[in-house]
Amino acid sequence: MNHTAADPVALAQHLAGLRQGRTAGTGLTAEHPGLDLELAYAVQEAGVRLLAAAGERPLGFKLGLTSRAKQAQMGVAEPLYGELTDAMLLDVGEPLDTGQLIQPRVEPEIAFLLGADLAGERVGAAQVLAATAAVAPAIDVLDSRYAGYAFTLPDVVADNASAARLVLGGVRQAVDGIDLRLVGCVLEVGGRVRATAAGAAALGHPAAAVAWLVRALHRRGRGLAAGDVVLSGGLTEAVAVAPGDVVVARLGRLGTVELAVR
Amino acid sequence: MSAAEPGGLPVDWGSGGVEPPLPVDDLARALYRARRDRVPVRPLTEERPEMTAADAYAVQRRLVELLQADGEGQIVGYKLGLTSRAMQEQLGIDQPDYGPVLAAGVHPDGVEVDLGRLIQPKVEAEIAIVLEAPLAGPHCTALEVRRAAAGAVAAVEIIDSRVADWRIRLADTIADLASSAAIALSSRLVPLDRLDPRLAGVAMTRNGELVATGAGAAALGDPLHAVAWLANTLHPLGVTLEAGHVVMTGALHAAVPLAAGDVFRAEFDWLGPVGLVVAGAR
Repeated sequence: MNHTAADPVALAQHLAGLRQGRTAGTGLTAEHPGLDLELAYAVQEAGVRLLAAAGERPLGFKLGLTSRAKQAQMGVAEPLYGELTDAMLLDVGEPLDTGQLIQPRVEPEIAFLLGADLAGERVGAAQVLAATAAVAPAIDVLDSRYAGYAFTLPDVVADNASAARLVLGGVRQAVDGIDLRLVGCVLEVGGRVRATAAGAAALGHPAAAVAWLVRALHRRGRGLAAGDVVLSGGLTEAVAVAPGDVVVARLGRLGTVELAVR
Repeated sequence: MSAAEPGGLPVDWGSGGVEPPLPVDDLARALYRARRDRVPVRPLTEERPEMTAADAYAVQRRLVELLQADGEGQIVGYKLGLTSRAMQEQLGIDQPDYGPVLAAGVHPDGVEVDLGRLIQPKVEAEIAIVLEAPLAGPHCTALEVRRAAAGAVAAVEIIDSRVADWRIRLADTIADLASSAAIALSSRLVPLDRLDPRLAGVAMTRNGELVATGAGAAALGDPLHAVAWLANTLHPLGVTLEAGHVVMTGALHAAVPLAAGDVFRAEFDWLGPVGLVVAGAR
């Protein structure tokens, strides 16, 4: 790195270079101790503008650090978010090409598909559920641009919450009558159960996690739009994947999503 | 181990061969006293690293006799332990273990637990399967379990170890009744065609705060498969699972320690809630 000041655009370009070169770097905060959360989101937004300039279109958002255990591990009390683009979306049945990535890991999640715009500083889980057109099982593919996923909170925020790819299950359900806290989550890799959890692992309730996102976006003058996809946070530990793996995420009443890794 | 108390057990329970016979009765009595006096023992395998699972089950059977002589009642079911991959890897094994559930150890939803009777207890949420027909190995499958089961029940298990600091190896926990202490069962029996036991999520709270989540598949991939494993494992011993038996199919998350005044609640998809209260002030 060769940045004397923490310039968001320069840092975003540095991270984009790592992504395009499929090379892992080191945390930005080591060289830029002034990189706080506020500036980190500015780096993230500058990075998303680079993606938009390359023709990628907004798809929605993803949440990270939604489990209390992970927050405690990082010494923080809040989750974080990143932005998704259409170029990150794998179609149903489309394999994950690890040749395009650095060190991919997968997390099973509950995806929200927004049916109405949603913004404001007092949005809660109830408003999120009211604005949700459907929920679906999803696999979030992370790919930190920092070697070994060694990062501070501002580092990972600047790196767009490690966003890389996602796949949504081919089944979508109306959320009415489903208690998302109790949706069982089973992550299988190669036909063997690797981890289990339930929806409550995302901030106690996945809709509460999305509500946090709406409030966080509000502080930056933004909000969710009808049609947005929101990944509400990994329910299990992230699991590293390699070519030949078949990843299956079963999400209770929501259905199943699969991903072949090449 | 102390050998002060007389043993009365046939020698064919032991490990046999050229080894000196295992002092099954002495070991069972040591664990019995540890339970009664709430003073844990050193791991049995520290003194007897050669102790096998079969040896340990012999000790377990003798310990059950001692507890039954104390009025702890009939065997009303079984609990499975070490059903998660994580626990199996931790102990370097590839199979679960089991222990009988005695009538005195079964409690209703909301039971108040007295820490004064326990040593180093933890709690875990599980799916219990209740049988309405007998089930026998050696070729029992999840499908047969489904046909023999009246349904599934939300359950929590209090585990405890009579081995100091939970320093257990496989034989230690088997001999110690698979580290079981007590269970609490919901009274809501849900027929198995109304749920997918693998995908039933559970959220465990302590004093209203989420402490763990999991899903049924954490129990050997499928709670019904866990019951089939038990039926097949009991078969060579001539033991059959009976109608009315309850099978605790294994923890769905890492066990959580208990403290005085804690209120635990496990809520399951399809099965509903079950919980317990720890006596005393927080």
